[in-house]
Amino acid sequence: MSITCLQNYWWFLISLLAAILVFMLFVQGGQSMILGARRESDRRLMVNSLGRKWELTFTTLVVFGGAFFASFPLFYSTSFGGAYWLWMLILFSFIVQAFSYEFRRQKGNLYGTRTYDVLLFINGCFGCLLLGVAVGTLFFGAEFTVNRQNILDPRNPVISTWNNPLHGLEALADFKCVCLGLVILLLARIEGAIYLLETITTDATLRRRLTRQVLVNAALFVPLFLVFLAMLLMAPAYVAGPDGTVSVVPNGYLHNFTEMWWAALTLIVGVVLVLWAIMGVLIRTTFAHAMWYIGAGTVLVVLSLFWVLGYNSTSFYPSRTDLQSSLTLANSSSSEFTLTVMSWVSLVIPFVVAYIAYVWYRMTSCPVSVDELSRGPEY
Amino acid sequence: MPDLISVVEWSRWQFALTAMYHWLFVPLTLGLSIIVAIMETLALRSGSEKMLSTAMFWTKIFAINFVCGVATGIILEFEFGTNWSNYSWFVGDIFGAPLAIEGLFAFFMESTFVVVMVLGWGRVSRRFHLAATWLTALGAMISALWILVANAWMQYPVGMTFNPDTMRNEMTDFWAVALSPVALNKLLHAVTSGWAISGVFVVGVSCYMMRRRRDSEYGLPAVKVGGWVGLAGILITCMSGHSSAVDVSNTQPMKLAAMEGLWNGGNHTELVAFGILNPEKTLDNDADPFLFKIGLPGALSWIAKGDADAYVPGICDIVNGSPATPVSYPERMRRGALAREALAEYGATGSDEALATLRENYEFFGYGYFDNPAELIPPVAMSFYAFHTMVALGGYMIAFFIVALLLAYKRHRLLSTLAASWIGMLSIAAAWICSQSGWICAEVGRQPWVIQDIMPTRAAISALSASSVELTFWLFAAVFTMLLVAEISIMLNKIHKA
Repeated sequence: MSITCLQNYWWFLISLLAAILVFMLFVQGGQSMILGARRESDRRLMVNSLGRKWELTFTTLVVFGGAFFASFPLFYSTSFGGAYWLWMLILFSFIVQAFSYEFRRQKGNLYGTRTYDVLLFINGCFGCLLLGVAVGTLFFGAEFTVNRQNILDPRNPVISTWNNPLHGLEALADFKCVCLGLVILLLARIEGAIYLLETITTDATLRRRLTRQVLVNAALFVPLFLVFLAMLLMAPAYVAGPDGTVSVVPNGYLHNFTEMWWAALTLIVGVVLVLWAIMGVLIRTTFAHAMWYIGAGTVLVVLSLFWVLGYNSTSFYPSRTDLQSSLTLANSSSSEFTLTVMSWVSLVIPFVVAYIAYVWYRMTSCPVSVDELSRGPEY
Repeated sequence: MPDLISVVEWSRWQFALTAMYHWLFVPLTLGLSIIVAIMETLALRSGSEKMLSTAMFWTKIFAINFVCGVATGIILEFEFGTNWSNYSWFVGDIFGAPLAIEGLFAFFMESTFVVVMVLGWGRVSRRFHLAATWLTALGAMISALWILVANAWMQYPVGMTFNPDTMRNEMTDFWAVALSPVALNKLLHAVTSGWAISGVFVVGVSCYMMRRRRDSEYGLPAVKVGGWVGLAGILITCMSGHSSAVDVSNTQPMKLAAMEGLWNGGNHTELVAFGILNPEKTLDNDADPFLFKIGLPGALSWIAKGDADAYVPGICDIVNGSPATPVSYPERMRRGALAREALAEYGATGSDEALATLRENYEFFGYGYFDNPAELIPPVAMSFYAFHTMVALGGYMIAFFIVALLLAYKRHRLLSTLAASWIGMLSIAAAWICSQSGWICAEVGRQPWVIQDIMPTRAAISALSASSVELTFWLFAAVFTMLLVAEISIMLNKIHKA
């Protein structure tokens, strides 16, 4: 394969991982509703249902980072080293999640079950919101410059420089980025509620509450998603010419959707599936396979958004400070050799997906209930 | 960047802090997963409910420890971007691949099957559960493999070339990176040291529980399994440690000299069995390097080169040039600067002559960042004491396992005594000190390099203020300490009530 094909292939894999990560954020969405559970039994059921999946979300995030590092290292060094505080906050929110499930009901946990539930809530809310804000900077740009010649200066050797002293926190004041963060959070909460509805089938009161959560969050999600989509389609995109020179194209993402009809089709199908799942659950709480619909829909929507972000010579990380520092697939990727090696490695993905699906099936074949929890260890 | 050195120092402190916290939990994950898998296998084959209960108890301890490893581990991968962003670009083409492969091959395996291992009791069949336990252990080992491949590459960079057009190093031979002999020895050394630590932990805790319960029905099988796994682990650790020392003598002679406090080398070089360094000794004076020492004549030559009369260079020899290291440090610095200037000229003019000069001198590229050879000497005291602490406590652990196993098979009542409990608990602390010392030796001893001879640590950082990194350092210190305290409290509670 040529270097261009390899870059496109790896952008597809990055898009896929991002899409799966957004879908898997249903764990965080569920966590954001834990504190709202009035009964201890509700919390117990919710935590144990979500707790069997948290590791996969966590791992998807780590692999997403690792894959980005391996395939587009200039993004890794520019964004993580530049938007330092934004990424640190995201990481802290995931660090506290990692031990909270295991520790929350253990005797001798020192800080009490409530503290760990609050930490899960923090991860649920801020993890989703901040990830969305960070991804928002990919669409709407960030303030950085890249100068590879700096490596020659022993007193100032860093090639990527962030031009805002807030180091990423400034994105929290950017309405467009925050809008995407809220969209991700609300979608995660809808997915979390639907996941819990599918795994907890015995408690009618809890199920009524979860259905209400779907309604309330969907009522906020749909208009906010439309606002985000409108802002995206009206936003300029930074596009590289054949010689690598970057220029601003008004309505560039809209342009990409019209030029890449398959991305537009994917977006439409994805949106329809998400809405189908939401409507199905709201009309009939026993609506079958809602998680499949909303999961597939989410994956398709995120895929399409990442495609218009990176394909068609578009800069997937525009620099608002220096146009020519903007990162494209061509100027930020690993070498042809490394991408080829990693492409061979990526052939293992179907096998990984197969065993995850098998174990998922085995561990969720029986709905979560008080009776089921008494059969074995629990969180 | 006016506070360049402060940023470097705080970034190093932060990485050291997070890595050391992570390495408190990882050895136990590596070893306990194997021990639990063996216990569960024995339980399934013999039908012993007691062995099964023992396996379930240690699974709970494993699970508590595992999540701490996960919590402290996520930051390490991302720190390469957040705090070492220049590094991420300069060698990301090579270094990123092992991290991605680790995620794909190991993390998904661990995270999928650990759920079955921890929560699957009573929910899946015993055979499926056993398979999940072994696969979790396998996932942990595969994870260690790829992270150690990455670490070994930093110490012994192979399979790459510098691309002056992209201003970075690029991979040219994946198998040279993945199958580096340094990586193989590091893998064996790190993984089996995890078995040894876990063995000490299981034996020590079991002794305490046997004394507390006043019976050995559950504790004794654990002592036997933990003892055998630990003994196998520490023996392989010692053998791979020897191979690692040979690697270091060939690829990082300055590190070996620092580990031994060897300022002036020669033939038939002694190994310092015990010594107190003279803090006054520097490159510029002739002070005696030691205030006191007990040496084994010819032993260092034999360990490093397989010949008791072989030549081993000391710090001064390496700096000034020696038969084993013919290019002196001043010469390397000159050629490093030459390579840097040639790269600048190539960037400006595209001159073939500049490119040829760059290629000719690139092996010393990193030396061009330094003005003084003294800056190229690692912290000798920390390297020396860490290395000798590791070796001494590693030797103690061999004796510990032999005695523990002998008692387990011949005089098991002695394992229930107060003395055995105390020795067991103190040995647990010793095992962790040994393990941490090993990493300090490996990572401090290679300073000032983040990639040996190619990239100094000071050139690998992110463009951040020192105060930002200082603040996150203290945040990590606070969060991880609270996590550690809670973890120990939970484990003590479980052990106390088991």
